Amino acid sequence: MDTGDTAWMLMPTGLVLFMTPGLAFFYGGMVRSKNVLAMLMQNVFAMGLLALLWGFLVFSLAFGDAGNGGIIGNLDFIFLKDVGPGPAPGSFFETLAIPFVLFCAYQMTFAIITPALITGATADRLKFKAYAVFIGVWLVVVYGPIAHWVFGGGFLAKWGALDFAGGAVVHINAGAAALALILIIGPRRHYGDEAMLPHSLPLTILGTGILWFGWTGFNAGSALAANGVAAQALMNTVMAPAAAMMGWLLVERVKHGHATTLGAASGAVAGLVAITPCAGYVGGMAPVYIGLATGVVCCLALGIKQRYKFDDSLDVIAVHLVGGLLGSLLLGFFADSAINPAVVHEGVFFGGGLRLLWNQTEASAITFAYSFLATVLIGLAINQTMGLRVTAADEEAGLDLSQHAETAYST
Amino acid sequence: MKLITAVVKPFKLDEVKDALRASGVHGMTVTEVKGFGRQAGHTEVYRGTEYHTDFVPKVRFEVLSEDSEVDAVVDVIAAVARTGNIGDGKIWITNVEQVVRIRTGELGGDAL
Repeated sequence: MDTGDTAWMLMPTGLVLFMTPGLAFFYGGMVRSKNVLAMLMQNVFAMGLLALLWGFLVFSLAFGDAGNGGIIGNLDFIFLKDVGPGPAPGSFFETLAIPFVLFCAYQMTFAIITPALITGATADRLKFKAYAVFIGVWLVVVYGPIAHWVFGGGFLAKWGALDFAGGAVVHINAGAAALALILIIGPRRHYGDEAMLPHSLPLTILGTGILWFGWTGFNAGSALAANGVAAQALMNTVMAPAAAMMGWLLVERVKHGHATTLGAASGAVAGLVAITPCAGYVGGMAPVYIGLATGVVCCLALGIKQRYKFDDSLDVIAVHLVGGLLGSLLLGFFADSAINPAVVHEGVFFGGGLRLLWNQTEASAITFAYSFLATVLIGLAINQTMGLRVTAADEEAGLDLSQHAETAYST
Repeated sequence: MKLITAVVKPFKLDEVKDALRASGVHGMTVTEVKGFGRQAGHTEVYRGTEYHTDFVPKVRFEVLSEDSEVDAVVDVIAAVARTGNIGDGKIWITNVEQVVRIRTGELGGDAL
């Protein structure tokens, strides 16, 4: 146990927890005023339900029997059994010098925000009761196993895939689930015929600031120690989104004639997504190249939903799925063992050949496929039993009133 | 008696109000409204999608006036609200049958 590491890791645990209300405002500002409370509620509710499920069961599924190279943990830590202020048990946690309960709390904050990311895709039409069941089941069936594969020493980690803070576990995973769910739930009423404009971009910018601030804990905290890798990850968590913002705005300026506020916010978040898997493995100018490429590609990826005519309301696919895939794959080019000795096979640009790029491709594809298929099954099961979607009348009235009997703003 | 209704650019609100007061108008009613004329709205861009908004924000003044003072009031509004650009707005005048001051029950010109 190390007091320095412990003191540091208490901080990013709070920082990442703060990201979920940040996400609530990021999304909440983009929906229409009749649905803003429902969006905030979906995110805040995740902090309630998912924290409990994490302590009851999912931490054990993700980190029980850690390092087994398998597809799931076990039930050793169910109801936080043996999860206390002492060191983590077992050889997998050998280098971890913080209390086991702090490791559990830190990982919990990731489990809360990952399902919350999906809410942007299904905005304005998802029934609250169905949402509550969905995220609970999804955390157990999808997040728990995938966190085990990568963070818990499961088979993807054993095969040599790298994911510093969750490009696959968090972003490809949530993005694939978002795609699955919108294919089942369908578009908002009048989508395409009626303008559905953001009701408060200032809220979105506020949320972006909170997300960026919290993301420093997401990435630098993933070093799990107060060391140079954490410092490098922190710097990368500023450089990449900065470059991505410039890339996104450049595309907007050229294509539409204006650099927009929403574009600056979206570009920064896309850059944060892409640097997440790379944060502790790359350095120097690599985050700038990764960020710039992400800003340009994610902005162009907004066209996907128009082309295929699906209603990804707040662009979870263009930002999280595309950004997560880009970050995971670009790590195969930029991973540098001089930055982090944990990099066994270096990236293509550092003379490591194609080995890491292949590992990254494989891990991304498997994560996408499992999340997509499992989410389709969960989504269909809920849709057949209680229905995912609110009634047409409830949708017209707005989710704030129909789902929660409240309104955000007096008229 | 006449009702003078003027729809003007929102940033002209205070200027028009002050000018009307200075010219001796005692009261007015102001409403935030949306509409379009030849200006025909504007275009907004959100995440790469362009949306055309027909209705643009305007401010509507309603002023009651004696017949003899109508032209003066209209001139004041028109002079102050004019920028010379498209979208400056319109003024129209309608006949008013009767006006009642609720507190005292005064009628017509006495109620203004």
